[in-house]
Amino acid sequence: MTEIFAYIPYKNGIPDDIAGEFIVAAEKIESGASVTAIVTGSGTDLDKVAESLTSIYKEVIKIDNEVLSYPNAEVIRKVLCNIVPKDSILLAANDTLGMDMAPGLSIKMDAAFAADIVDFEGTDGTNLNLVRQELGGAVSTHVTCDISTGAVITIRPGAFALGEDTQNAAGGSVTDKSEDAGDLSAKRHFLEIVEAEAGDVDITKSDVLVSVGRGIEEEENIEIAEELAEAMGAVVSCSRPIVDAKWLEKSRQVGTSGQTVKPKVYMAMGISGSFQHLGGLKGNPFIVAVNKNPKAPIFQVADVGIIEDILEFMPELTEKIKEL
Amino acid sequence: MEILVCVKRVPDTAENEFELNSDGNDLDRDDLVYSVNEWDNYAVEEAIQIVDKVGGSVTVTTVGDDESEEVLRREMAMGANNGVLLCDDAFEGSDGKGIASILKAEAEKGNYDLILTGAQADEGAAQVGGMLAAMMDVPYASLVNKIDVIDDKKLKIGREIEGGNQEMSEIELPCVLSIQTGINEPRYVGIRGIRKVAKLEIPVKGASDLGIDADSVGSSGAKVKRVDYFVPDLGEGAEILEGSTDEIIEQLIERLKAKGGL
Repeated sequence: MTEIFAYIPYKNGIPDDIAGEFIVAAEKIESGASVTAIVTGSGTDLDKVAESLTSIYKEVIKIDNEVLSYPNAEVIRKVLCNIVPKDSILLAANDTLGMDMAPGLSIKMDAAFAADIVDFEGTDGTNLNLVRQELGGAVSTHVTCDISTGAVITIRPGAFALGEDTQNAAGGSVTDKSEDAGDLSAKRHFLEIVEAEAGDVDITKSDVLVSVGRGIEEEENIEIAEELAEAMGAVVSCSRPIVDAKWLEKSRQVGTSGQTVKPKVYMAMGISGSFQHLGGLKGNPFIVAVNKNPKAPIFQVADVGIIEDILEFMPELTEKIKEL
Repeated sequence: MEILVCVKRVPDTAENEFELNSDGNDLDRDDLVYSVNEWDNYAVEEAIQIVDKVGGSVTVTTVGDDESEEVLRREMAMGANNGVLLCDDAFEGSDGKGIASILKAEAEKGNYDLILTGAQADEGAAQVGGMLAAMMDVPYASLVNKIDVIDDKKLKIGREIEGGNQEMSEIELPCVLSIQTGINEPRYVGIRGIRKVAKLEIPVKGASDLGIDADSVGSSGAKVKRVDYFVPDLGEGAEILEGSTDEIIEQLIERLKAKGGL
């Protein structure tokens, strides 16, 4: 039976939600497989995380070293190379730490690498059948991954929903393997975190967001969205390409690399709906999607869809709302 | 500073509606519009800006077929000094590790201080940069959205992390960085710019030129293989409003009122 390990990200002594999702994923890889959690860091924060993980993992390995107090991917990679046995499967999150660490780890472990997995469809012992997405979520693919010399696999946060059976008390124990961590030197040194600047408008406070994406086409057209937002008593937010083009401030961006918002109503205007964008949308809002591409992934998650060009649709909607 | 930028020709997600072919196992590629991977343009722009400040040269390379030459030429029109096309039937079907090992062979033929890739490409795996760095045993950082050259031994870099925050680090050279969009504003390339570089020679290298064992790359060397494409059935999806624009707006306003949007 393949041994499965999960590298657990955490913040302020609390494991990320993905800690439970790894267990769901492992069960899909191989029913009844045992999963061992690995957590790195230092001091009381680490102890708190390791302790809380024993409620869902039978075995938790902790690596305590001051060097690990900030999660430096280069150092964690070295630790995992020393801790994870050859030929086993290591699960990590497809988050900014996992993306930094996992591809290189697969090379150092001489293991296969599969990124951003959204589902598992069983194994014949040699090949693991995986599902992932390409082209910004426009299409999905079936992929096989040869796990005979081990594998490093990152899973998409939120893709493996927790069932009730993963919440049972595992009554696990913590093993301290700090002595086995090995060489912790690095050629990349953490300096500081620069917090995102607060913008002129706080989009997280608004009940209604008129959010614009690539479909807005030009900077001058932002005004069309602002007029609609004004008529609705809403605020304008956006997806990543609009910030990259510097048409709106970073503080207006909804997504995993931007703000997390919880509006009642979300008007997705010319937004394709990548998972990074949807990752910033919480609290189950009523989503209205307007997009001229009927195949846009946003229509799979929206409550109401309208297949029109936002540049023509928004001004007409604004007029009608003003007449109310 | 000698900089190598690894780029890729990809289907343009902004220009295409993706459909499956009649067998349902591949994309319908007949009318697809291809362009350079969006992230790679930012990487090339960043390389050019660094060289403008501290001197050196920018080389762009890609693993691809004959048609990939056009993306190299486009990046040379932006200002990259050299282009190298890595092209061989043996490279077809490579997984991320295969691509990284082909790029490594080319990278080691130069004397590069810095290697840049886009943070991700069409397949969304964000893997090649990190693999390349590990193979070359040099440090790596992903999702880089700021680069300051400190001296010829190290850089100060910013990484985009969750919540729009930026993680600042110091990294030793040589290193590999994957570049996130928004780090700069890539310059516009017009037809005239492309015409200027139309006659520049772009060397083509295959497995034997690079000293690569053909069986270690391509589909024979791949541990990770795509079986097919499909469009997932995610249940009902959105209720699509139909009718004239006026009728659609009427239905929409009704629903917005009910849900607290108006």
